[in-house]
Amino acid sequence: MDLISNIPSGPIDKKWESHKFDMKLVNPANKRKYHVLVVGSGLAGASAAATMSELGYQVSCFCFQDSPRRAHSIAAQGGINAAKNYQNDGDSVQRLFYDTVKGGDFRAREANVYRLAEISVNIIDQCVAQGVPFAREYGGLLANRSFGGAQVSRTFYARGQTGQQLLLGAYQALEKEIAKGGVRMYTRTEMLDLIVVDGQARGIVTRNLVSGAMETHLADAVVLATGGYGNVFYLSTNARGSNTTAIWRAYKRGAAFGNPCYTQIHPTCIPQSGDYQSKLTLMSESLRNDGRVWVPQSPGEKRPPHQIPEAERDYYLERKYPSFGNLSPRDIASRAAKEACDSGRGVGPGGLGVYLDFRDAINRVGRDKIEERYGNLFQMYQRITDEDPYAVPMRIYPAVHYTMGGLWVDYNLMSTIPGLHVLGEANFSDHGANRLGASALMQGLADGYFVIPYTIGHYLASRKFAPVAPDHPEVRATERAVEERLRRLVGIPGKRTVQSFHRELGKVMWDKCGMARDAEGLQRAVSQIQGLREEFWENVNVPGSGAELNQSLEQAGRVADFLELGELMCRDALHREESCGGHFRTEHQTADGEALRNDEQFTYVAAWEHAGDGQAPILNKEPLTFENVHLATRSYK
Amino acid sequence: MNLTLRVWRQAGPAAAGQFVEYPVRDISTEMSFLEMLDVVNEQLTEQGDAPIAFDHDCREGICGMCSLMIDGVAHGPMQATTTCQLHMRSFRDGDSITVEPWRAQAFPVLRDLCVDRTAFDRIVQAGGFVSITTGNAPDGNAIAIPKPDADAAMDAAACIGCGACVAACPNGSASLFTAAKISHLGHLPQGQPERYRRALRMVAQMDLETFGGCTLFGECQAACPKEISIDTIARMNRDYIFGAAFEQEESRAGGAG
Amino acid sequence: MPTPDEARSPASRVRRFWDSSVGKKVVMAVTGIIGIGFVLGHMAGNLQMFKGAGAAQAMHDYAVLLRSTGGLLYVMRGILVGAIVLHVTAALQLTARNRAARPVPYAKRTPQVSTLASRTMRYGGVLLMAFIVFHIADMTLGIGVPGFRHLDPYNNLRNGFTRWWAVLFYVLAMLSLGFHLFHGAWASLRTLGARRPSAAPLHRNMAVAIAVVTAAGLVAVPIAAVLGLFRDDMPVSEAMSTARAGAPGITPAGAAAIGTASAAASVPRA
Repeated sequence: MDLISNIPSGPIDKKWESHKFDMKLVNPANKRKYHVLVVGSGLAGASAAATMSELGYQVSCFCFQDSPRRAHSIAAQGGINAAKNYQNDGDSVQRLFYDTVKGGDFRAREANVYRLAEISVNIIDQCVAQGVPFAREYGGLLANRSFGGAQVSRTFYARGQTGQQLLLGAYQALEKEIAKGGVRMYTRTEMLDLIVVDGQARGIVTRNLVSGAMETHLADAVVLATGGYGNVFYLSTNARGSNTTAIWRAYKRGAAFGNPCYTQIHPTCIPQSGDYQSKLTLMSESLRNDGRVWVPQSPGEKRPPHQIPEAERDYYLERKYPSFGNLSPRDIASRAAKEACDSGRGVGPGGLGVYLDFRDAINRVGRDKIEERYGNLFQMYQRITDEDPYAVPMRIYPAVHYTMGGLWVDYNLMSTIPGLHVLGEANFSDHGANRLGASALMQGLADGYFVIPYTIGHYLASRKFAPVAPDHPEVRATERAVEERLRRLVGIPGKRTVQSFHRELGKVMWDKCGMARDAEGLQRAVSQIQGLREEFWENVNVPGSGAELNQSLEQAGRVADFLELGELMCRDALHREESCGGHFRTEHQTADGEALRNDEQFTYVAAWEHAGDGQAPILNKEPLTFENVHLATRSYK
Repeated sequence: MNLTLRVWRQAGPAAAGQFVEYPVRDISTEMSFLEMLDVVNEQLTEQGDAPIAFDHDCREGICGMCSLMIDGVAHGPMQATTTCQLHMRSFRDGDSITVEPWRAQAFPVLRDLCVDRTAFDRIVQAGGFVSITTGNAPDGNAIAIPKPDADAAMDAAACIGCGACVAACPNGSASLFTAAKISHLGHLPQGQPERYRRALRMVAQMDLETFGGCTLFGECQAACPKEISIDTIARMNRDYIFGAAFEQEESRAGGAG
Repeated sequence: MPTPDEARSPASRVRRFWDSSVGKKVVMAVTGIIGIGFVLGHMAGNLQMFKGAGAAQAMHDYAVLLRSTGGLLYVMRGILVGAIVLHVTAALQLTARNRAARPVPYAKRTPQVSTLASRTMRYGGVLLMAFIVFHIADMTLGIGVPGFRHLDPYNNLRNGFTRWWAVLFYVLAMLSLGFHLFHGAWASLRTLGARRPSAAPLHRNMAVAIAVVTAAGLVAVPIAAVLGLFRDDMPVSEAMSTARAGAPGITPAGAAAIGTASAAASVPRA
């Protein structure tokens, strides 16, 4: 497979500008003749669907939730980065670009990241004009806050609900276009396969989750904006419904999967409290501005935190990373927490937790100030754990939060299947091996508002589109494959619930392909997952039929795909013999336990190609070149 | 702890429903209400029964997908909390808990505890937006917005569209939902050009969707997991009255240029 | 599902307003406020009963005074009747809409903050409507009141309240009026959007004052009558009334048709 990245030539700060001029345009009167399917209605999907409809394309948009407003982008708390330099603290497009490439441990494509940094400023303007109520200063201008991995204050926010407000902005734009007739919205509809005709993505097969009816949608191009696959770990901060099915089906139809093993583990989540637990809840990174992270010095400490004297506490982040301290980047803080717990010094049930202590901050600035800054987060913590974080330190533990990997796309956000475009977290993204805080929202909206509206036109204008007949053999074959799979799932006379398989898969992934990985564990994981997958197809119990609202069946289909994806993730992690960003191989670390990159051999994107069921996937490489940022060892000491 | 659940079961939109009792054993107080239902569903599946269908997604109180009338209270007994964030420590061993779907003509039951809330989307389609297209926005700081206005807009914009206001209202009114969106945009300069038109159109759509009227019971405000104030309803009415009195009829003149 | 555009009839602005749930509530609020104003005025008039010596004459003179305003009394009555008709019609239509909005009731519903007053508005409204009819028949037309005399409200009241069931009904109705106003006075200003945002929007000091004052002021009369506090036995002098009643168009028969002062002031807010 050829990976043609289509990066425009020229200096990096002119690439997007000149590319916009070079791309072909579709005449306004012709736009309405083209039909684009957008799967997913989060920041990327909703903004793309709305914007393409504004341009005049016919758009159909799909989401599995009951309303496009519920996509998981809504849960993002902290903020969105933009190189506005409103704070006069030396920010610039160049600096945001640099921070992002460095934060991603030099595993991202320079040209994409630069474009992202350039567009970031337009996003803020666009959202303000839509009525997104960003936080303001008393003078009426936009407020900013600081986030990890950056030394400038460039994060825009709307209380602790930035993702919600940005999504509502995009949702409102989408609803405006629905009302106008430009977008047809299909809610409670899940994409189950991609239709590829003559090598081009021409449609999707969906299931109506209320009636169970299968529907085929044919079009000229398909845009996937279906988010990340962190739920392969069962427990993650993702919404329960978040899944990999759309991108996994596309992978199996020929789209390459980029860097599947890059997983972001967020350091500050509320620890698990029992086996029944269904999801992990994130506590915003901003808490680390005032909270101090520590564990007891001695393993097996039984005393409650307030009885442990200062001398017997290990503020390990401050000790190991004196210059960034508690504000070290996410991958580093997470790994340090794991190390502390692995040494038997973890706190709380199962020893899987570290303290995030606000005692000193409360003594310094007073309880009122802390309440003003973090009141809603403290309340959320109190609600979930029934502990008062003003009185006792919070217990936190890392949790899967974001997947940097995803379908491989070129500079135009098109996958290796012509016509199949992938946006937001679903693509292999601009974040390299680690994403900085407040950059996911930025990428989703950049892709949806400002990239795809241009590049889709280029694609459509570059090709001829013969209409695809509904009874085209490829269409029929795809429909049959989907029907067959659903029939198989409900027909297995098994005993185990879908959830039990998912939980077991999650445990394997977390233990072997989580915060620290090694060759032996990953090999074991591959065979464990294969075994689990076999058992799944023989012993899963899916009650009910396919012709009704059947949540077990929905879940079964998603878990079946996770059972395949999990293996690919382990294979990718196994092949990448280096540590970078969210991917930490214990064999590859410095003497003091830091990630050790291997730039000689691994400065590339691993794009995996499906070779058929039961066959080992094929590895393709897109070499990464760094012309504008000097490859260096990341240091936060 | 052990509980008895009385759950509304309904096979489909047109089917008749009824309550079914389920004894539930060994529930941890640390579980969320939905995790408790997960446990029940696991057991039902293993017994060969149909699991209870209920809507949920983010499970952190922001997506607005979860619902449930728990013992006659929308989202259950804890204030300012969605069902997914309600923990079993709010209940006592031996409790009998009645679980019903949101009930409103405009929210038809799809199955068991799942209801169709697309009426809310149609209310937003009627005018809950700022009519701008992508790409022509002025600089974000071009218009200064006083902090109190931005804060008031944010208070209203916090709505998660869960429908608890409708569920809790004795009239089945969607006034709080509609008013929250009208207030959010009405507090901002960007929302001014369409302010009165928006109120007229969104209220008209709210009526078309067969929601009830507002009697200012205040139940919606008490049920709202985001604590949106009924002050927003006063604001909606003010905009509606003003719009009804002074909004110009839209010009029907056209013509090519 | 129709959209506002499709549903937009060529009907007039007024019609569209009336057809909307918000418009109808606005009508209820405005007519309600008219009713509140009227009830407060009526109550103030009634309190002349407590003047002690000369109260009977004062009540009589007040009745005659109202009758001396030319067409204004008719205008006022027209407004009041119109307000009642609109208020009741809107209430009935909204109730029908609200019932239809939840065809399947909850098996269990636990009200959280709504007041009993708010939940019983429609029942209170029915009671008050019945009271209005009774009150006009009773104190205006004098049907069933022992020794009823036109333009002698003081003694009509004294006599009327010798019937225990009438006292009971009046007291009940006036307490229910207070209840109705406890919610209505608060809600009407909010419905009209005339309130500033508040940290505790459910608080209602003004409404409580209006409700308590109205109910207490109106209940005071029948209670005082029962306690025998109205002891002014001075015969009412017709001097003033003759002078006024002698004005063209006001004959005793006409006065009867118009009703007495208390009747004119006896149409509480429905």
